[in-house]
Formats: sequence, structure tokens, C-alpha cells
Amino acid sequence: MGFIRILIELSLICMNPPRMSCLLAVWLAVVLSGIQAVDRSNFKTCIQSSFCKRMRDVVPGHSPYRALLETLELSNTRLTLQLINDNNKVRLLLELYRLQGNMTRLKINELKPLRPRFEVPDVLIADPPTEPLSLVSQDEGGVVLSLGADARHLVVSARPFRLDIVEGPHVLLSVNSRGLLAFEHQRPRKDTGIGQLTYSVCLYPCLWCDKEEDQADMWEETFKSHTDSKPNGPTAISMDFSLPGVEHVYGIPEHAENLRLKTTDGHDPYRLYNLDVFQYELYNPMALYGSVPVLLSHSTQRTMGIFWLNAAETWVDISSKAAENTDSVQAPSKVAQTDVRWISESGIIDVFIMLGPKPTDVFAQYASLTGTQSFPPLFALGYHQCRWNYKDQEDVRSVDQGFDDHDIPYDFIWLDIEHADGKRYFTWDPAHFSQPREMLQGLVDKRRKMVAIVDPHIKVDSGYRVHKEIRSKNLYVKNKDGGDYEGWCWPGTSGYPDFTNPEMRSWWASMFAYDQYEGSMENLYIWNDMNEPSVFNGPEVTMHKDALHGSWEHRDIHNLYGLYVQMATADGLIQRSGGVERPFVLARAFFAGSQRYGAVWTGDNAAEWSHLKISIPMCLSLGLVGISFCGADVGGFFKSPSSELLVRWYQTGAYQPFFRAHAHLDTPRREPWLFGPENTALIREAVRQRYALLPYWYLLFYKAHGTGQPVMRPLWVEYPEDVTTFTIDDEYLLGRDLLVHPVTDEGSKEVTVYLPGTGGVWYDAFTFQRHEGGQNLYVPVTMSSIPVFQRGGSIIPRKNRIRRSSSCMEKDPYTLYVALSPQGTAEGELYIDDGHTFNYEQKKQFVHRRFIFADSTLSSSNISPDSQFSTASWVERVLILGAHKPSSVTLKTSGQSPFDFDEATSVLTVHKPGVNAGADWTLLFQCRNPLSIVL
Amino acid sequence: MQHNVNWLQALLVLSLSVTLGWTVEVQRPRGVPLTKRQFYDEAKPFTCLDGSRTIPFDRVNDDYCDCKDGSDEPGTAACPNGSFHCTNAGYRPTFIPSSRINDGICDCCDGTDEYNSGASCQNTCKELGRKEREALQKLAEITKEGFLLKQQLIEEAKKGQQEKQSRLSELQDSRKGHEDKVEALRTVKETAEQPEKEAKERHLKAWEEHKAALRLEKEKAKMAEVFLELDDNADGFVDVSELQTHQELDPDGDGTLTDTEAQGLLGGAHKVDSTEFMNMWSNMKEKYVSEVCPPTPSSYDSSHDEQKDSTSDKDQERDLDKDPDSVYPEDDLDEDAAGEDDEDDDDDDDHQVSLLFCIATPFIQPHHIFLSQQYICVCVYQRQYKIFMYTLSTVSSVCERERWCLLCNAALLPFSFRALEKEISFDFGPSSEFAYLYSQCYELTTNEYIYRLCPFNRVSQKPKYGGSETSLGSWGSWSGPEDNKYSVMKYEHGMGCWQGPNRSTTVKLTCGKETAVVSTSEPSRCEYLMEFTTPAVCLEPPNIDTQVHDEF
Repeated sequence: MGFIRILIELSLICMNPPRMSCLLAVWLAVVLSGIQAVDRSNFKTCIQSSFCKRMRDVVPGHSPYRALLETLELSNTRLTLQLINDNNKVRLLLELYRLQGNMTRLKINELKPLRPRFEVPDVLIADPPTEPLSLVSQDEGGVVLSLGADARHLVVSARPFRLDIVEGPHVLLSVNSRGLLAFEHQRPRKDTGIGQLTYSVCLYPCLWCDKEEDQADMWEETFKSHTDSKPNGPTAISMDFSLPGVEHVYGIPEHAENLRLKTTDGHDPYRLYNLDVFQYELYNPMALYGSVPVLLSHSTQRTMGIFWLNAAETWVDISSKAAENTDSVQAPSKVAQTDVRWISESGIIDVFIMLGPKPTDVFAQYASLTGTQSFPPLFALGYHQCRWNYKDQEDVRSVDQGFDDHDIPYDFIWLDIEHADGKRYFTWDPAHFSQPREMLQGLVDKRRKMVAIVDPHIKVDSGYRVHKEIRSKNLYVKNKDGGDYEGWCWPGTSGYPDFTNPEMRSWWASMFAYDQYEGSMENLYIWNDMNEPSVFNGPEVTMHKDALHGSWEHRDIHNLYGLYVQMATADGLIQRSGGVERPFVLARAFFAGSQRYGAVWTGDNAAEWSHLKISIPMCLSLGLVGISFCGADVGGFFKSPSSELLVRWYQTGAYQPFFRAHAHLDTPRREPWLFGPENTALIREAVRQRYALLPYWYLLFYKAHGTGQPVMRPLWVEYPEDVTTFTIDDEYLLGRDLLVHPVTDEGSKEVTVYLPGTGGVWYDAFTFQRHEGGQNLYVPVTMSSIPVFQRGGSIIPRKNRIRRSSSCMEKDPYTLYVALSPQGTAEGELYIDDGHTFNYEQKKQFVHRRFIFADSTLSSSNISPDSQFSTASWVERVLILGAHKPSSVTLKTSGQSPFDFDEATSVLTVHKPGVNAGADWTLLFQCRNPLSIVL
Repeated sequence: MQHNVNWLQALLVLSLSVTLGWTVEVQRPRGVPLTKRQFYDEAKPFTCLDGSRTIPFDRVNDDYCDCKDGSDEPGTAACPNGSFHCTNAGYRPTFIPSSRINDGICDCCDGTDEYNSGASCQNTCKELGRKEREALQKLAEITKEGFLLKQQLIEEAKKGQQEKQSRLSELQDSRKGHEDKVEALRTVKETAEQPEKEAKERHLKAWEEHKAALRLEKEKAKMAEVFLELDDNADGFVDVSELQTHQELDPDGDGTLTDTEAQGLLGGAHKVDSTEFMNMWSNMKEKYVSEVCPPTPSSYDSSHDEQKDSTSDKDQERDLDKDPDSVYPEDDLDEDAAGEDDEDDDDDDDHQVSLLFCIATPFIQPHHIFLSQQYICVCVYQRQYKIFMYTLSTVSSVCERERWCLLCNAALLPFSFRALEKEISFDFGPSSEFAYLYSQCYELTTNEYIYRLCPFNRVSQKPKYGGSETSLGSWGSWSGPEDNKYSVMKYEHGMGCWQGPNRSTTVKLTCGKETAVVSTSEPSRCEYLMEFTTPAVCLEPPNIDTQVHDEF
């Protein structure tokens, strides 16, 4: 939900004094009603953000920083070394760590800061374990340290300061090679008199220094009507990284941008600053709701990652060039190179360099630092029906009934802000939702769930318990003068709980207890919107940077706020069940580590084909940086979709991790059955495809949770040496085995699908037609579905008995889709647990099977022998795609199984093996001619 | 309509099943309705009901789907497109999708769909049946009474229709009568006004002459002033040198008034006296700039005044010629009425009796004027360059009064006529049973708003505690499904919504004894739904006693 909604709220203010608000509302209505897309003037460009401008003005090649080698200290776990800025003689302290799992951490802080600088807490899951660094050589030019195997070294050059990570003759990554390291040390304010000394130090005739001291906006800056008091003065940091041999970089979400990042020469850098952007524009570097400061580089040789752990406003410049090949042993030649410059407003430089070398290694490395995707309850992977707003309990009941009447499955119905009493979250509107438990029980009876919104802005109202308690506990964010910070949001004047405070989070979590959150029940889950935080009357629609979180400025923690909100809410849902049930929390703002707390979505998109298209790279980018549980509002939030767009969006959403339809308050109703019987049937089919694949989705999330591998993957992740895949973002993989190419153009009659993997094969998921890998395939499309292919060599379990919710399907049998490779083999997995508790983790109660088809034998074996779980599910059918007709099929334990063979499609269907899904079993396929069994 | 028939059948089934104690269980595979029992013969292989294949009978309900049509698994969830038959003894038998078998949710009231899910389902059929019978009986009563009321409505509508028709022909007659009377009056009036007209013309002529004389006087005075001004040496003559002090008189515009040129202006003479100057003045007056400045309004020469006079005269004349409609917009009249007036206007113009329009008092709609007979006619008449407002009550002479009323009526007739025609042409249902709703309004008050439905006219919403009314739409059309067109009314083009469509309202009509708005809602932004009960949609209750039901 976007900023524009303020109009409706403000018009209510009109009824009461003060008059000014009324006038303002009218003014806003006039000004905003004409806006069709994002109003760029509401958001800063780099030039308008003074630190970004200052840092970007630093030119390459003149680094004033020098490493003082005599200060080098090497312990078992780290190396420290002082750096000096030769222009102002300010010293910095460099710390270097060699981390387990092929990572290097680099920290730079002021040696003697006036005040401590902010170091981001609560993002790393633990202190990353280190490995010893050893000194290889040292001279006056620098030192060389060993990073372990593969002749991997860390070269520290002293003058100017520079770091190179090399492997044999290859430079993998260089730091400050362009001399863009900049660190604005804290200083007393010049005009206070105390600052005179510092000032005189800076009278050295040097270009860089003069710039630093002379620039305006260092101690105060104004954007539009908002003045940022900046009591600590300039504190920005900047650092450059060079990636020789790299042409493709990815990540640093959230941007409405292609998967592969563009160079930012000549225009603004990519911005990371969590903002509530009304009607965002596509294909530009503007900041959006969330930030993950992780950039991935990829080439056929190697995949690496740079994790810039900083929660302040951050800008990332990307440029590329053909550079001299610096490999010492080879003759000079030109190679591609990508240079990346990070700029942040405050905090310290704290960088994790993840050295890969494979994509899966980088995912595992990043997961080892910030954790993996939380394992959602199975039903959260079903379909979610949302709208701003279902009006009352009767509306909820009739929409619920509508799904049954039209035989469309769904698991969650959602309530937006209107459900609460005057936007006082944790309450219910007494007129329209007077009996919430009755309503929730109605859903329990259908084995369905509900999500209610709980936003992190709290109505300032002395009669509202939540407000009263937060105020009395003194847990609100403070303004620069020490009073409670207040801003406008949905409820009108609101306070913002200081979620950075553990006491606040713990109190918030306690609010979700069934006896605290009145009317809540076990099947009520939570949505945290507006957690950037959104402040309608704040600078750039967010909180003033000089607001205070304890001793830290909002400036320091901004991008982290949203993560804390979701963290506290997820904790609350876990606690209310006594630690038994897995939570489900959706949030709009996020940061590195948010994957541990639930799902995110791409915010307030629009009912336009371009927004459907961009949902793919937006979620792919999030998946690359750990956040797998991603989705876009199906149908588009703003505006009203044509029935064709809506159907295509359902077909796409069914194959994206978080599958929720949502719509703006002012749009016509769009429940799936409102577009005529044909479209209803198409949407029903799309949702049913989702439900059939839930076992596969669940497995992928289980594995994402265990290993950090993304659920929704760019093709290059699985085909890292196929250059063709490096820029593809109109199709993607789910896990390794399903390739999805959504139809995102109006009136499409065909799409071209790139099938990767030369020498491999792919099977159309609907017709089972077999296609060679390594080709562009021209696929005619109708409205009935989007192209989906199963990889030859894979086995995917489905549940083909689609019921009205995922819970209803719990005990249903599986059908195994065995897609044979050209070698006649296939492999797959199945994961089963109770679907909603932590028992899988705490009590090892789960089933994890491996299916292997080889040598005309399909067998199921236990991957995790120490686990225990009994499932009612069984195997009702096995489909062998790309098979030859056998003479008999025998289940080892019980004899012959009936089967069908379809000559036209080469699909062998084994009827009702009937074995329990958790059991060991083997199916033998016998052939008259034993030499050509299934090939 | 279909729906109503269904419940009647249901009622019949229910009554029978209860009265006959219909509880005999016939052996057949689970989920098969009695009507299809014969296809499931244990002794024979089973052929899918679509004929697609034949399987051994032990594969019926074996929890594996063999038939494309799902017919081999009537009692399991194995087929995606199957259906399960709930007997629901004591209530209505029904089919549910196979996917609801053993899904943990009780769908059949007899609980037979959950035979293996662990869900404990109560048999609620008897209770449901009882409730439904009560409800149906109540509904039947309502329908019965409602249908009687409907018959009355139809009768009334018939009468009303006849009345309207006869009124229409009356109107047509009286229109003719009016026209004749107006014509007669016109002749009388013309005759009576002839002397007045002539007098007026005479007066006009005299006035023109008088004005011309006045103009001449003014000119003379002006000229005399100028002469004195030019005659610098006060010798009683204006000479060339004196004239040359006024370079603006330079005829060739080169900036210098030469001797020759000045002499030319003075008619070739070196100097002229005041009488001669009068003749020359006309050559100079356009350019002459007085030395006395600035000129005050009072010293403006008469030509200005004249021009002003003539303009205003012209304006007034033009007003007379003008199409009266364009001078005075017809605020309160139907568009229809405007065209009808043309004929009259032409006549009126000829006689300079311009009846511009008649307006009713603002609170009475045009189509009420004739029907209610409760209007005050205000006629606007243009006469002697002025507009006079006449109302019937202020016209003094009986003769005048009669004349104005006639004229007004003549003007009003066309749209009274139209309104009636419009009403007669409305689609009030197959037997005009909805005619009684015309020109009525019905209200429903909710927590926040008062909703008002004026059938065939408009729907509106007004805040309960003050605030202006919002239009939720004007009469659009009947828009029920094809087989039941008169079950839904659509009102469209209400007030626009911010960033949204214009408001519109769907009115669903259901059978009821009362005519009333029973509920309102806004299912989608700015799309309202109103439920409205009326006897006019009550269907004839079929005679239950004579019907025999196939299924038994």
C-alpha cells in the first residue's frame, strides 16, 4: 500500500480542526491526483544526498591512504594494520579476517573516533568462525598473506593502500585499486571554536582535503521542506572493488531492474534506502522498500560475492571497462573488468568477500553469515487471496464460499488495514469485524487460515493500549530533541516503536499471545507493511535521519528497521505457540538476514504487463541474496488488470514462491470468478497447478532452509559456464528441475524459450514432449498455460488430487514424474513432515527420501536415517517420461504392477504401486529385449 | 425464476421424504446416486459412463482413477473431475466434487463424505431439513400472498395504463384546442395592439428625429469651442499660422503641417471666420486634439454618445430578433421541451410577443406539471424593450390572466405530453406489474447513511448526520439474466469516484409482501448492491398437489 492512501485518511481529518490539515489535504489531493507514476522529486538523487555527492566527487587515482606497515599485528584470528590519510593525518584501523568457507572479512574504522561508529548488529547469525592467516612475505611495499589452499593470497600494498586477493596468477578482486577509499572522520564542528585545531590541520594545500572541508551540507542539509540536523557532521564512507574478468554482476536488491545490473556511469548509482515509493517506475536505480547490500559477480570462471554490511543509506556505482590483464606471468592483454564502488552515509566499512568459486558456494557462504530462508509452514506456499480490503466478516465468508463454489483452492484470506479499529493494530473494527474468532473458526472449519495486517506505526491515542504501554515503557523512537518521534501514517499521528531495542521487540512479540491479541487464533498469521518505516510527512516518506534509537541516529540503522519489525513479529508467532509452530510473516521492507523471518513481496506494483515482467528479475535478485520467499501482487496492486493480464499473472504467480493476489481499495473487485467462466477456468487451472506441485515447492524450501540455495534461480546458477544464460531474466528455474517461462506480453501467440544444457533434454510439463537442451525453442502458447519444462534426469513428486486447501491434501498420495535423461537415469527427492511445526528440527520428525532411476530400476531410499515420521501418503502413480515400453513392471515387495504405455508421448504410467511414501521400495522395469530397456 | 422452481421441487421432495419415511438404503457403490445404480453392476465389468473404457468391477472405487470422466471412482477422491452423491436422508440429496471426500471437512449433512478422514461428522440432515422446510414454507406463504398482491398490481397497472392512454389522447385534443384558442387570441390581440403598435412606431420616429437634432446641437457647441481655442489672437478668425499650432492635423502624415496644407484645410483661404470654420470642421474633427486636456467625460463629443445610443438601440433590436431560447437558458425544462417551442416562437416573434418559456416553481419536476395540476406557471414575456415577469397571481385583469395561462399551457403541453408518453413507454414488466413503483421512493437507513431508491429514476446516498446527497446512479435498464430479466435493475452514471469509476447500483429484486429496500452494500469500490423486495416479482406458486416427481 502506498503513500497515496494518505488522501483518503486526510480527508477524514477535514472534519475536525485544525484547519491546516484540511487545507493541506486539499492541496495534496489537488497535487497528487494528477500523478500517474512515481513523483521522482519526492526522492533524492545522488547529488541531492550530500554525502553521495561528496563521495562520488572523489576521483580515482589519487588515494591519500597509506598502510603503516610498522603497525601490523597478526594474531591467530586476525590482522590489524593502521592506515593514514596523508592529507589530514587521520588514522584508520584496518582489520582483516580469513573466514571459514573461503571468505575474507575486511573492516575499517577510525583509529580514534570522537564517538563510536555504528556497527550493524543482529544481521550475522554468529561471529563468523575464522581461520588462521599466515604471513607469506613482507617488504616495505607491503605484505602477502596466505588464504589457505590453491595458492590463494591476500596482498596488502602500502602506498597507496590497496588489497588484492589472488589465486595463483589470477587477481580475483582488488580493494581500493582505484583509490576511492574515503572515510569521513568525525570532527568537532568548525564554527564551535573547538574545531579550530582540526581545521588548521586541514590547511594543507591539497585538492582532496579542501574539498572535504569546504563543502556545504556537512553539518546540516535540507531536502524539500525537511532539514536534517546532522549533529555529528560528515561520516560517510566509500570503497571501491575491482573484479577483473567480470562482465556480469547481480544482486543489491531491491530495484525494479533487470537481473543483470547495469553500469551507472553517467547517471545515478543504485540506491539502497528502504522507502515507501508510490507507483514505482521500472528499470531505474531508485531505492525501493528493501535493501540487501550484497553484490554477486559471475563469469564462466568464478562466482563471487561482496557483502557490504552497512545499514545506512547506501549507493552503489558499477562501471565496466576493458582493463590491462595484470597477471604477472602472462603477456599483457585486455580483459573485461567490472568496478564497483560502495558509498554509505555512516557506520564503518565492514565487507565480506565471498570467494565462491561456484554459485552454490557463494550461496552457502552468504548463508553461513546471515542464515537461510526460514522454513515456512506448508500452507504458506499455497495460494493467498488478498484485497484492500475485505469489508466485513460476511465479505470474508462469501469470498471463502466463492472459492468452494468455483472449486478453486486457497489457503489464506487476508485482511488489510481497514479491519482494525481506526487502524489501531491488534484490534478489530467493532462494526465490521465484531466476532473475529467466529470468523477465524469458520476458516478453521475449512482448514484455511487468515492473515491480518499489523503495521509498525502506532496511533497516538491515550485510549489505545498499545500506544499507552509503549509510551509508558519509553520504547518509542525519539526525535532529535528527545521527545517521542511522531509522524503521519494510516491512523493519523503515529508513534514508531524502537524495534532496534530488544526490550521493544520482546514486548511486541508478547503482544501476539492469544490472550494479548484479542480475537486472534492459531490460524491467524501476520503481515507487516510500511516497515521501511513509512512516514507520510517525513523526508522521502520515511523517518527523519536525526531521529534517535537510543544513542544511535536513525541515519545509522535505517535499512535495518524493517528487519527488526519482522523479526519481532515472527518471534511473537513462535512464542504464542510455545515454540511449537512455524510462523508466517510477510514484510515489505527487508535487509540482509530478513530471510530468517518470513516472506517479502515487491510492494505496490501496478496492473500492467511491464510489472508482470519485472516480477521475475525482482524475485530472482532477491533469491540470489538469500531471500527466497518472494512474490509480486498477482494482478497488480494499482489499477485494474484486463482479464488476459490477470490470467497470465496467475499463471506466473503459481510458479513464483509467494503466491498472493492483491488489489488497491479503489479497484473493482477481482476475485478469480469475476471474469467469466472461461477465465475462471483458466485461473482455476493455474492455481491447481500450484497445488499439485506443492510437494516440490516444499522440498525446495526445505533445501533452501538447509543450504541457502535459492528456490527460484536464474539459469546461470545451474549452467554457470553457459554465457547465454547470464542475461536471461524472462525465464527461470525452480530448484534445478523445473524451467518456467512466463508469458508476459499481451496477445502472445508464442514465446522463445532457451533450454540450457547441451546434451541434456527437457520435457514439456503438460504434453511430456521431449526437447533437446542447448537450444532456443519456439513454443506456441495459448491462454491455457505458460511453458514449463521438467529437466531430463529429474524426478518430481506431485499431488494430483487438488482439494480446497493444502491442509486438506495432507494425506493424499503422490504421483512421481520421472523424466529420463538421455542416459536413461533420473534422480529426485521427497520431503514430508507435519507441515507446520518445528518438530522436523527439534525432534527429527520428517521423511526425506531419494528416488533414483537407473538400470531400469526405480527405488526410494532414506536420505536421513536418523529421522522418524509416519505419513499416510502413498505413491498412487509413477510416470516415466521418455520411456520405452517394458514387458512388465514389478514392485519388489508385491509383484506385478499394472501399467499403460502411450506410444505417442513415450510416457509409461505405472498404476497404483500403493507403497507408503515413507517406505523403501523398488520398481523393476523388465523388457523383452534387455539391451534396450528404456532408452 | 429457475431458482424458485428448484426450491419448490425441494420442498416437495422434503415433504415426501419425511411423510413417507424415505430411509430405504439401496445397495450400490459408495457415492453413486440411485438414478445411476444400474450402471454399477457388480457382476459385470464396469464401463466408464463416457464409454471410454471397460475395467474389471473391482477397480470401481479402488482409489485409482481409470475413467477420464471419473465415473469409476464415485466414492473416492481419486479422479479430479468426479462427483460424490450424498443421499442426505431427511434433507436434499446433493452431489459434491470428489475432492471433498475425506478431506476432513463435513460436506454432506449425513456425513457420508468423511468415511475415512478421522473427521467426526454429525448427521444434521433432519435438523437442516426441518429448518429448510420451515423456511420454504414461509417463503411459500410469502410467495402466495405476494403473488396475490402482484395480481392486484397488474390490475391497477392496467387501469393506470388505460387512464394514461386516455389522458394522452385528452392531451392531444386539448393541445389542438389550445392551439386554436391561442390562434384566436392572437388575432384579437393583434387587432387590439395595432393602434399601440402604430403609436409606438410614431414615437420611435419622433425620437430618432429628436436625437438627430440633439446631435447637431452638440456638434455645433464643440466646433465653437475649438474655434475659440484656435483663434489665438482672438481676432474672430482662424488663420493658417494659428492652425499650424496643431501639427496633428497634418493630412499627409509627414509630421509637418505646411502652409499649403493648412490653407487646404481652411478651404484654400488664409483665414476663416466661425461660420466658415463650421464647414471646414468636418475635415479636422477626426484628428483634432484639444489643447484643454485631459478631456473629461462630459466634454466627449456627441458622436460618442450617439454611438453609444445606437449600439444600445441595436442591441435592443437584436434582442427582439433573437431566438429567445438562446437568451434565456431553459434551466428547468427537459431538453425535449425546447424543440417543441420553435413553432410558437416564430409566431411570437412576428407579433413581437415573445413568450420565452414557462417555468414551473423549482420544486416541481416538469413531468409533474400536468399530472399533478399543482403548478404555478410563471411566464416570461418580452415587451417594449423590457422583460416583464408575469405570474398568474399578479396579473390584474381577468382577460390578461386568461391569455397568459393559455399561452403558458400551450407551451407546457408538449412536454407534459412527452412526460406522459415517456411514462407510458417505460418497460414496467410483462404485465406492467412494476408500474406502481414509478414516481415512488424507498429508503433504508444504515449506521452511517440513508439510502434512497426511486425506481426508474435514481438511487442516492446521504449521510445520516448531515452532509450532501451522493448520486449512486440513474435508471439504466433491466439487467437480470436472459431468463429472468426483471429480477435486476441497473442504475448507472452516478457521481464519479476518486481514481475510480462513476458510482453505479445494482438492485436485486426478490419476492416479498412489502415493497422495501432490505439491504445495501458496496461489494466493490463505488459499485453498490441493493436488495429490494416487491410482490411484483412473486411467481405463481405451482399447485403442489397435482405435481408428481420423477425421482421417486
